[in-house]
Amino acid sequence: MIPLAVSASTVSSALGCGLAAQFTALRQGRGGLRRNDFGSAPQLGWIGRVDGVEAVALPGALADWDCRNNRLAWLGLQQDGFLERVHAVRERHGARRVALLLGTSTASIGATEEAYRRLDAEGRFPADLRRPALHAPHSLGAFVAAALALQGPCLTISTACSSSAKVFASAARLLAAGLADAAVVGGVDSLCDNVLFGFNALELVSPAACRPFDADRDGISIGEAAGFALLERIDAAPRAPRLLGYGEASDAWHMSSPHPDGHGAELALDAALARAGIDATQVDYVNLHGTASRANDAMEAALVARRFPATTRVSSTKGCTGHTLGAAGIVEATIALQAIEHGFVPGNVGAATPDPACGAQFAWQGEQRRVDVALSNSFGFGGNNACLVFGRAP
Amino acid sequence: MSMMELHVEGIGLWSPRLGDFAALRALLAGEAPAVAAAPVAALLPANERRRAPASVRLAVEVAGQALAMGGYDPTALACVFASAHGDQVITDEICTTLARAPTELSPTRFHHSVHNAPAGYWTIATGCRAPSSAVCAGAYTFGAALLEAATQALAERRPVLLVCSDIAGRGPLLEMTGCDHAFGCALLLTPGAGVNALARLRLRVADDAAAPTPIPVALTGEAAGNPCTAALPLLALLATRGGACRVGCAAATDLLVDVEALA
Repeated sequence: MIPLAVSASTVSSALGCGLAAQFTALRQGRGGLRRNDFGSAPQLGWIGRVDGVEAVALPGALADWDCRNNRLAWLGLQQDGFLERVHAVRERHGARRVALLLGTSTASIGATEEAYRRLDAEGRFPADLRRPALHAPHSLGAFVAAALALQGPCLTISTACSSSAKVFASAARLLAAGLADAAVVGGVDSLCDNVLFGFNALELVSPAACRPFDADRDGISIGEAAGFALLERIDAAPRAPRLLGYGEASDAWHMSSPHPDGHGAELALDAALARAGIDATQVDYVNLHGTASRANDAMEAALVARRFPATTRVSSTKGCTGHTLGAAGIVEATIALQAIEHGFVPGNVGAATPDPACGAQFAWQGEQRRVDVALSNSFGFGGNNACLVFGRAP
Repeated sequence: MSMMELHVEGIGLWSPRLGDFAALRALLAGEAPAVAAAPVAALLPANERRRAPASVRLAVEVAGQALAMGGYDPTALACVFASAHGDQVITDEICTTLARAPTELSPTRFHHSVHNAPAGYWTIATGCRAPSSAVCAGAYTFGAALLEAATQALAERRPVLLVCSDIAGRGPLLEMTGCDHAFGCALLLTPGAGVNALARLRLRVADDAAAPTPIPVALTGEAAGNPCTAALPLLALLATRGGACRVGCAAATDLLVDVEALA
């Protein structure tokens, strides 16, 4: 594919708000997980919670969109001058020529849950939550389109935990077709009972902070996050890091566990490398999906072992952020971009006893080293796999 | 403005009155269509069909119809599953459980609740290892998904199966969605004209947003409430002699679609 410039990005997660907070924590090898202090009792496991979401006030014109997920989105848009960057691009190209593609797994279902907890005497939603657009999976996309005053193509992708990786692929295709001059991509997912109790019902939640690729790992820690990036043609930002390739593939295996042989994940990797025009030996860093579930990490460790040389460094950062579900793709895209920018491979936080299936590629501690090409893996329920390739501007 | 040219090689459709695309053709030709049976989703193995939620059965039914007309190998066929509301019945059940006894949430309900459950079931049932997606865009879900599928077909020079479906809602959520009846459709879109090409589509993004093309009077019963029925003006052109229509794909952006019948 013709590479695209990632001319701006931002991220807010349990590691803090903004790119600097994330990088400082990664550099220190510090996690952001805490004992679950969110939602209904009983409190399940540990979570990656963003501080201050409750205090966010949406501007008056956007008040009808108020809910935790959209507050987190708004908080995220304020960081790293991202709003100003989008405004500048909108002024340059026109609001119709800037596309918006966002990933989310559950959007604002937390508001729907709340409405069901507070049904009125007639069994209807309480009056303050009778806001139809909030109770739909496109709530995030529609809110951000309004918040950014964008009028171009707008789509929410909801393929569980690959959602906000796949937005890069869809945006690249829109730009290739000449239907937009820039695209805002990203994703937001926020803590809610649905995912906390849902993953608990699937027995996938660890009682402690998650330990990706640990021999004794026992499940995920759910997190929340907001992240965004701006994609433009290279001539608009020739010095910016680049999206070099993307790959998407399906497992055709099971609704809630990955193919044990990693077929779909490997197809996505192959497609991403092919679009980037590189081979695996040219990859300096891979940010792994690494959820700390038994099945994912076994599959992914084997994939790394058979496909990459030891010079390729790999790690999961979910021990720091938790699994931010539909936002994981964009969070880890920003980590891959920071690895390139700062020449720093983040360590695989949380693993005390590495799984023996993990090869010499694993960076158990942070490593200072030049990174020219960084990949990010994102695999979702239903066997939905995505892989992104980022590279330094030559 | 870029023009996108695509071909339609398969069409699926289901509503409580119309069981497939042939029924739509019959209705628009002034005939009484055969009564529609419940969506069968014949491509799902029998045990999966029993377990699958209504949203999955509807999506797989219309996807299977389009696949059968087009004759493509589903294992390599990229797919885009669109739904404005996801499975409203499961959302209602889950939110009811979470409000009363959250620890009783069923693991099966939970994994059926993901927006990509139809895509997951479809890829598992057909052995599809190609890219699959699950998307939404509120009232503009059909137009936005059509744009997503079209750009994928053209950028990657591969056929793409577009499925757009919403089931009827229930419970307190229904007052919010206003979607009280099921409708689903599927289009098998290809970059070049294969032997089974039914129509040529020319798509471009309008530089304005206006009222979408009205739905034919004969189909107004189908149209109310369900966002996926935004596909009906295009489906009606495919079922008759072709022509042009305007489909909203975002709040301020429309797609202009020219339909040229080939078969």
